[in-house]
Amino acid sequence: MSTILSIKDLRKSYADGFEALKGVTLDIEEGEILALLGPNGAGKTTMISTICGITMPTSGQVTVGGHDILNDYRAARRMIGLVPQEIALEPFEKVINTVRLSRGLFGLGRDDARIEDILRKLSLWDKRRNAVKELSGGMKRRVLIAKALAHEPRILFLDEPTAGVDVELRKDMWEIVRELKANGVTIILTTHYIEEAEAIADRVGVINSGELLLVEDKDSLMAQMGKKHIEVMLAEPVDAIPEVLRHYDLTLNGAGESFVYSYDIHGERTGITSLLNDVAKAGLVLRDVQTRQSSLEEIFVNLVSGEQA
Amino acid sequence: MNWAAVVAIYRFEMARFFRTLAQSFFSPVLSTSLYFIVFGTAIGSRIETIEGVSYGAFIVPGLVMLSVVTLSISNASFGIYFPKFLGTIYELLSAPINFLEVVIGYVGAAATKALFVGLVILATATFFVDIRIEHPFAMAAFLILTCLSFSLLGFIVGIWASNFEQMSLIPQLVITPLIFLGGTFYSITMLPPIWQTITLFNPVVYLVSGFRWSFYGLADVPIFFSLLAIAAFTGICLAIIWWIFKTGWRIRS
Ligand SMILES: Nc1ncnc2c1ncn2[C@@H]1O[C@H](COP(=O)(O)OP(=O)(O)O)[C@@H](O)[C@H]1O
Ligand SMILES: [Mg+2]
Repeated sequence: MSTILSIKDLRKSYADGFEALKGVTLDIEEGEILALLGPNGAGKTTMISTICGITMPTSGQVTVGGHDILNDYRAARRMIGLVPQEIALEPFEKVINTVRLSRGLFGLGRDDARIEDILRKLSLWDKRRNAVKELSGGMKRRVLIAKALAHEPRILFLDEPTAGVDVELRKDMWEIVRELKANGVTIILTTHYIEEAEAIADRVGVINSGELLLVEDKDSLMAQMGKKHIEVMLAEPVDAIPEVLRHYDLTLNGAGESFVYSYDIHGERTGITSLLNDVAKAGLVLRDVQTRQSSLEEIFVNLVSGEQA
Repeated sequence: MNWAAVVAIYRFEMARFFRTLAQSFFSPVLSTSLYFIVFGTAIGSRIETIEGVSYGAFIVPGLVMLSVVTLSISNASFGIYFPKFLGTIYELLSAPINFLEVVIGYVGAAATKALFVGLVILATATFFVDIRIEHPFAMAAFLILTCLSFSLLGFIVGIWASNFEQMSLIPQLVITPLIFLGGTFYSITMLPPIWQTITLFNPVVYLVSGFRWSFYGLADVPIFFSLLAIAAFTGICLAIIWWIFKTGWRIRS
């Protein structure tokens, strides 16, 4: 796979001096689905807006298919489709006309067959002659997607495509995204729903306060999520982990009143039985035992709170 | 040049106009008729002729200018203000287009609509008075240039405005007074000398005078100055728009 979008040390300070992006570096591979996960105000929209030309970068470099977004903006932008976070459409215009406008803006001639294909795929064909204002919220979001696809982009940005959308529509949206990927479109979507990243992304990036904290394959994140933790609470606190328990790689908590053992739920043996035997051998008395499973959510919360600390 | 984009913008803007074509046609017909009934009949019966032209015929060029200027500004300003207001401007900003293409699309559409109304008014006027056009090419050139230059001004107003009140500020506070004081309904030679001098600072005087000259060969100021004035005005508007897009003023943060 080759890099289709390359972001190097991208910074953005708004006119009021607020630094919304603090040096983001990221390469996106052709054909992948990348989910950018981050809380409100993290800088997700700013990042997309800067790449797409809606705001000006303060410094750094972005290339799309090798084309610089400033010096070679025409070639760069032709490759990009954008579905904005907020629904913004001309209310009185017919659906099909707004989609035709989008195609024209990107320099392409009228192609009715292509537009029909897009509208059918998005279940908008029956509504093509309706004014935009007659559509439901979910339909309007589909119109935005149709507009973004009208010029056959190779990269599609979806800024919070499922925010405030009901469960059914969210599933539909995921289906649309998967189909696009099957057609070779590279997709970058932002979300603050962890399940969404889990459900459709190939890679997950975590962004907070304008910094990209982590970018990793979803599968390896899932592998980390496959870890389970068992916390053993002791009747009497200890100063250190006893020698016989060293090889379990335990972490002692707080004042030594408990320790944590982590194991892989997919592993053949969990090692819990031998651990508990060895705990007894070491002469420790258990007060309580608790297990928990790490999730993407937890990884995310740890990253984000670690950042703020 | 991304001509496909220019055509797409132009078409999209004209579509709105065609949706309300009847309204676009009948309202100027009605208002022109009213002007002739009020000005032509009531006042015209007291002022017989101005330099050999009947008063009714004399005000026709001014009437056309008044509508064309007002409409050019409002068409173009709303044309670009709505995308800002609705948020659809994101698409213009992220498309592979430059400022010139955006301006040609929006200003072209706004000017076309104003031109259409201007011609409707002219046609309506022929039902009330005898009109003579001595210099048809000059007439067409003045009309088209006026539509274009004031559409450019409207485009600037639309980009500058951040609410609906501001949208009507410039037209009402600046343009309408300038037009009424610009010799639209009278010859400035009818004014006391001191006012004639003051009036020469009003750019609309040059427009109306040049336009009227193309009809009746009568001008308040030399025709050369009229041409110069409209060329300079167009140039200034273009320069401001170029600067707006270069700096992203009020559109690209
Ligand atoms: N035009 C602007 N001027 C000043 N600050 C802005 C502007 N747009 C966004 N911000 C600030 O930048 C930060 C990131 O915003 P945004 O990119 O919209 O975050 P997200 O999309 O992740 O929710 C926020 O703190 C927001 O208040
Ligand atoms: Mg956002």
